[in-house]
Amino acid sequence: MRTGGRDAVVLDRDGLDGLIVLLAARGRTVIGPTVRDGAIVLAEISAGGDLPYGWGVDLEAGRYRLRPRTDGAAFAHSAGPQSWKTFLHPQRERQWTARTGPDGVPLVTEDDTPPPSYAFLGVRPCDLRAIQVQDRVLTDGPHTDPRYRRRRERAFLVVVECTEPGATCFCVSMGTGPAADRGYDLALTEVVDDGGHRFLARSASDEGSAVLAELPTRPADDGLRAAAREGVAQAAGRMGRAMPDVDLRVLMHETLTADRWNDVTARCLTCGNCTMVCPTCFCTTAEDVTDLTGEHTERWRRWESCYDLEFTHLQNGPVRASALSRYRQWATHKLGTWYDQFGSSGCVGCGRCIVWCPTGIDITEEAHALNQERAEARQAAS
Amino acid sequence: MTARAAERTDRPRLAVWKFASCDGCQLTLLDCEDDLLTLAEQVEVSYFLEASSALGTGPYDLSLVDGSVTTPEDEARVRHIREVSRHVVAIGACATAGGIQALRNYADAAEFRAAVYARPEYIETLATSTPISAHVPVDLELRGCPIDRGQLLEVIAAHLTGRKPDLPGHSVCFECKRRGTTCVVVARGTPCLGPVTHAGCGALCPAYGRGCYGCFGPSNSTRFPTFLPLLRRDGMDTLDIVRELRTFNTAAPEFEEAVGLQEAGREDRG
Repeated sequence: MRTGGRDAVVLDRDGLDGLIVLLAARGRTVIGPTVRDGAIVLAEISAGGDLPYGWGVDLEAGRYRLRPRTDGAAFAHSAGPQSWKTFLHPQRERQWTARTGPDGVPLVTEDDTPPPSYAFLGVRPCDLRAIQVQDRVLTDGPHTDPRYRRRRERAFLVVVECTEPGATCFCVSMGTGPAADRGYDLALTEVVDDGGHRFLARSASDEGSAVLAELPTRPADDGLRAAAREGVAQAAGRMGRAMPDVDLRVLMHETLTADRWNDVTARCLTCGNCTMVCPTCFCTTAEDVTDLTGEHTERWRRWESCYDLEFTHLQNGPVRASALSRYRQWATHKLGTWYDQFGSSGCVGCGRCIVWCPTGIDITEEAHALNQERAEARQAAS
Repeated sequence: MTARAAERTDRPRLAVWKFASCDGCQLTLLDCEDDLLTLAEQVEVSYFLEASSALGTGPYDLSLVDGSVTTPEDEARVRHIREVSRHVVAIGACATAGGIQALRNYADAAEFRAAVYARPEYIETLATSTPISAHVPVDLELRGCPIDRGQLLEVIAAHLTGRKPDLPGHSVCFECKRRGTTCVVVARGTPCLGPVTHAGCGALCPAYGRGCYGCFGPSNSTRFPTFLPLLRRDGMDTLDIVRELRTFNTAAPEFEEAVGLQEAGREDRG
């Protein structure tokens, strides 16, 4: 946590509201948390009044409820139903269009509509890490995704450190939060106490500094810095869940035939919700559509999921037909083989897969159970 | 019809057939207002009683079949349709899963007939209502009560191009998440058939805050022993659940099996 930097300043609530207006005035599409349909969702916002001031959330496996807060905090809530991939890696996107040319040869046009210049307000540290994970997947390899890259390069990120983890959060055990360390333009820490409702703000980019310079701020005193530090430190101690303190990659590799997979499969609907809410799940499929005349063709890319039978459908049917093989594929990729493929964990500990699973499957509980089964097997063998 | 279309004599011939149904699914074709003229240029609408009394003769390139088979005459007619059609597409919950009228499959059809009609002896009916595929091979089934207009156009466009139509068989949950709808089960405790229901509607009901009631029938990966206890948790009793499963897609095998599980009280996971 960098709360002691020379440029750490204080924004009050009006200053935060001004930040939204300023970012919009700079031509950015501002996306932030707002209350809609009984949840704190991510959507375009245009004023401070759109933020979820005074709303918190109660989270449990398979359960999400809004809860009013008396302190009026704007960011004292943990992950909602969406993540930033909704905007950076949208669920459906046109890749190209083709039409029949005069000589019958198809004329293909790549879709290069300029993407919006997003400003994301309220990125939690775990979600910042998730964005960085998707960066590696979608732009680091030999086949980069140009549209993702353009959206990402233009995006302005305002991180808000986490001071209110949910019962399903486990970022500490994944090493991804609750403090923000790098990769943002601005970082805020919300403090509500006897001194008022304010935000400790610091910049980590030229544009971040330019934006801060245009807002009404005052230098941060030691008391506020200590309060911000304390708020984040306390959050670290209030994580609702934790992964087992073992090498998860090795654990996944060594438990591929564990009985526990049968147990969890009996609770799995194969509905795909966990992959859709996961901020790092990136799989897509291509959908080619023609119109009635057959003269106009489009290729669209859309989110796909390892729970979908059609995802692995080859000439002899789906490769992963059983529910067990599909749940295991998701969990072992997320926690294990992601390291082999992309050099990091695919899980950032946001807890969305736990909350938005209709039957409440808890990936931390499954990892603990696999760890336990492995330990028992080792004991029996010795 | 434009002059250019009129010049074409080789347009594929389309037929639309009705069996026991409300006709809503075949009327979906007429609802494709913006695309109707283009469609009429691309195909010869050769047999479509809801649109024209000018009836062509077969054979047909593409037959859309609406409704379920409920009479002895239906049984003969559906075989005839198969014989004169290159491609047969069953459209809607009646044609793909028997429809509401398949409730008779679990009761005494003669008793219904006696209760409903003043002169039941004039009514010749089968004891069951069955999907088209129970009688003849079907090339494609398009789900829904009613079917989705966009999906119908996709089926026809794919047929004309000779490609596979894009009709995902996964759950409605996929569509909810892609649409950005907050899950009504998790955020409100509303019972919802989304996790076991075939996509295609665009997750319409949850987008308006109510639970899915399964009008597109079972998805390609249902897990009823796991799913049924969720409906009970969220406030449905056995009667509610059986009614939900025995509405539009009554004779869908997965729904029939789930009703069996529910009525036997077998909710053990497995």
